[in-house]
Amino acid sequence: MLNGLAVGCIYGLVALGFVLIYKATELVNFAQGDLMMLGAFVCYMFVVWYDISYWAAFALAIAIVSLFGALLDAAILRRVIGQPQFAVVMLTIGLGAMFRSFASMAWGSEIYTLPTPFSAQQTMLGAVSVSHEYVSIIVGTVVLCGALYAFFTHTKMGVAMQAASQNQLAAYYMGIPVKLVFSLIWAISAGVATIAGVLLAPVSLIDVNLGFIGLKAFAAAVLGGFGSIPGALAGGLTIGLIELFAGAYLPQGFKDVAAYVVLLLVLAVRPQGMFGAIGRKKV
Amino acid sequence: MTFFKADGLAINFGGIKAVDGVSFEVEPGQVFTIIGPNGAGKTTIFNLVSRIYEPTEGKLIFRDEDITRVPPHEIAARGIARTFQNIELFEHATVLQNLLLGRHAHKKSNVIEELLFLPRVRKMELEHREAAEKVIDFLDLQPYRDSLIVNLPYGVRKVVEMARALCTEPKLLLLDEPSSGLNVEETQDMAFWIKDICNLLGITVLMVEHDMSLVSAVSDRVLALNYGRPLAMGTAREVQEHPDVIKAYLGE
Amino acid sequence: MRFIFKTSYAQDLRLFRDDFQRNWYLLLLVGLLALPSVVPDYLIDISLVFIYGLCGLSLMVLAGYTGLVSLGHAAFLGIGAYAHVFLYQDLGLPWLLAMVLAAAITAGVGIVVGLPALRMTGIYLTIATLAFALIIQEVLTHWEFVTNGLKGKAVNKPDIFGLTIDSDLGFYFLCLIFLAGGLWLTRNLLRMPTGRAWVAIRDSEIAAQSMGVNLALYKTMAFAYSAALMGIAGALFAHQIRFLAPDIFTVLLSIQFLLMVVVGGLGSLHGAIFGAIFVAMLPVMISEARDAVPLWFGAAFSLFGKDAGDAVFLAVDRFVKQPGLEPGIFGLILVLFILFEPLGIYGRWMKIKTYFSLFPLYKRATFKRQKSYMKSERLR
Repeated sequence: MLNGLAVGCIYGLVALGFVLIYKATELVNFAQGDLMMLGAFVCYMFVVWYDISYWAAFALAIAIVSLFGALLDAAILRRVIGQPQFAVVMLTIGLGAMFRSFASMAWGSEIYTLPTPFSAQQTMLGAVSVSHEYVSIIVGTVVLCGALYAFFTHTKMGVAMQAASQNQLAAYYMGIPVKLVFSLIWAISAGVATIAGVLLAPVSLIDVNLGFIGLKAFAAAVLGGFGSIPGALAGGLTIGLIELFAGAYLPQGFKDVAAYVVLLLVLAVRPQGMFGAIGRKKV
Repeated sequence: MTFFKADGLAINFGGIKAVDGVSFEVEPGQVFTIIGPNGAGKTTIFNLVSRIYEPTEGKLIFRDEDITRVPPHEIAARGIARTFQNIELFEHATVLQNLLLGRHAHKKSNVIEELLFLPRVRKMELEHREAAEKVIDFLDLQPYRDSLIVNLPYGVRKVVEMARALCTEPKLLLLDEPSSGLNVEETQDMAFWIKDICNLLGITVLMVEHDMSLVSAVSDRVLALNYGRPLAMGTAREVQEHPDVIKAYLGE
Repeated sequence: MRFIFKTSYAQDLRLFRDDFQRNWYLLLLVGLLALPSVVPDYLIDISLVFIYGLCGLSLMVLAGYTGLVSLGHAAFLGIGAYAHVFLYQDLGLPWLLAMVLAAAITAGVGIVVGLPALRMTGIYLTIATLAFALIIQEVLTHWEFVTNGLKGKAVNKPDIFGLTIDSDLGFYFLCLIFLAGGLWLTRNLLRMPTGRAWVAIRDSEIAAQSMGVNLALYKTMAFAYSAALMGIAGALFAHQIRFLAPDIFTVLLSIQFLLMVVVGGLGSLHGAIFGAIFVAMLPVMISEARDAVPLWFGAAFSLFGKDAGDAVFLAVDRFVKQPGLEPGIFGLILVLFILFEPLGIYGRWMKIKTYFSLFPLYKRATFKRQKSYMKSERLR
């Protein structure tokens, strides 16, 4: 049960990354999962190759990948603003493929383990043995979400981000530094992806294809409603639990596709998900 | 026969009553104009008539038929065409292709015939082309026939929008702010065209407009709205002099 | 500078704009007929280009003309391939009938996929097709009765009306015929009301509805037609690769198809063909490059002495021979095209043609996109 919740938290975190970028720039970043993979690898590199302590490596990884995300926006994504969404989707898919290639060349294409302070530790809570790794995931997610929620609702920057997403030209007129805002959003999103990657690493091990979890996180984001931050998390948890039950009660093979079936159902029946809203063009 | 009648139309968006109890009737061969300040619900009424929105109350009757629940894509076949306030042309197609799309309501070929390009279909295509060319002649669009919409200036796009609506051979034409964005000469051209559409082509025109000179020049009857409710109805002169209308536009 | 005079309405309706264009295409046809005698060893690879051409056509109709972007088209290819092989080999139906039925089955699945699409827009539809493709991949893996699961399925040679096509040459012409047929049918649809309705749906759904276009019907038709083309391509594909396995029809293959359409140039049939040539030839070019590039670098640096040359050769060789490089190159090409040539190869071709036809009056600004600001598509 805890296992399902923890996995759901990861989906939720990656979904959060999607939703952040979507809310701000209306782009869907298909490379989100691969950013997560990069984050995990960078942290691994610091811990295993350079012998830096876990928490320092974690912080460094977040910093580096966030910066990378901002650079990505400034150098590449900025040039495609104004093109149809489809073009940007393709662009991020291409970028994702490039990240995977880079990772396999820089760090190798095997599976790696990240040593953490929580690895293989357990506490007994009554009759249930609770693994620290899973707890770390859940706690990390809760803390992060709280921080982000506060940021978006109570700071000027958060509101500015929402404005820039709805009408860029108007946001410029209002004095919002749109380019800076976008880069900041990408940085935050990349940072969130890194946190997700590092938290996930002890559970699922690090390899080049870690990013494919992003596809299931999509389902989570859509289920929660693509424009809603709490929705992303709720969606992630729901998918995690659904997968758990599908694995337990349904025949083999259904567990993998459960997330996608849910996705299709949501899109068919209630495209705005649990908390989102779909606007309609005013003619 | 009731040509066109809106009876107690109302629609809510969330808590806002965008249109509230609007009733009016249009006689065939008339030009009927709806005026009102911005946000009065004029375009909403158009969207209700072309069935893009669902009314929460009220009825729409066109040529003795209740069209309140007709799906939006069947409105064109029944003879109602419209233009849009913020031009909704097909940007990446040529003017001619836009106009030929206006003929879609009169399509009589099915997919299999089209797939195989049977002679029958070829003949129908040429007929559609003739009909589109008549409209091009009417509105002097010959120089722009093969231009992509993205390359055309705003004034020309408005005319193409109207041409496309005319290609559907409507009996009732809904024009949403035909003179917005046009200069004085273009507006005068528009006035002539509207009168020609009415008198030469026999099409009834239902119009939303802000430019009072255009309204006075072409309208037979005018309805004034404010906050979704009707204020006054009559000739252009009568409505302009009505105290409620003056209050709505100019304040107390 | 050439100017095309139009003298009749029928001229706009013709397959080719004028005799000049028609003659060029006839020349191309002659070239293709003569090609087997020039490069007899590559016929199987060129057949793959033709099959990819059909795939590109299919996706172009759906994504380029109707605006419904699908990230799951490889699934349709798989369905077509397995259906055809099952009907032809396991059930023993005649080849042509098996293919037609396979196309029909794929079209049916396409309609089913299209049904939820009627209510979805833009990115949601893309995600839905992705999810669908992943589900289909699982189905293909587990439905052992039809597909033999992960063990794979060997494919016999096609036997049409008693004539067995067991030579590369025969297969080459078979694929060419189907590609030409697909092009003709698609071109017909696109110059007819159906094709115009599709473009209308892409550009403005609301206006399309006001003109009488039944959105649900035409979107479904687009899915069905696109899927049917993929089904036919799938049948040919099965014969080309000789051995079917579910892990051929992955999301990566779907992305390659989308790459085809983007690189070729959205919104034109030429684009589909250019893209198909590009994507089919790319793996070949990459493997040739893998051998050649280290040699070039080595030769260039050997100007500084033999040791330098050797060292550079080894370094570049090691870099280039790594596995996992290929998807990276695909990604890089995709990114470069979107950044610098969004109109694709066909767009570049058009620019070159315009340059020559307007010479010396060509201005670079002719094709320059207006700087545009992002407006929310959520309110679309």
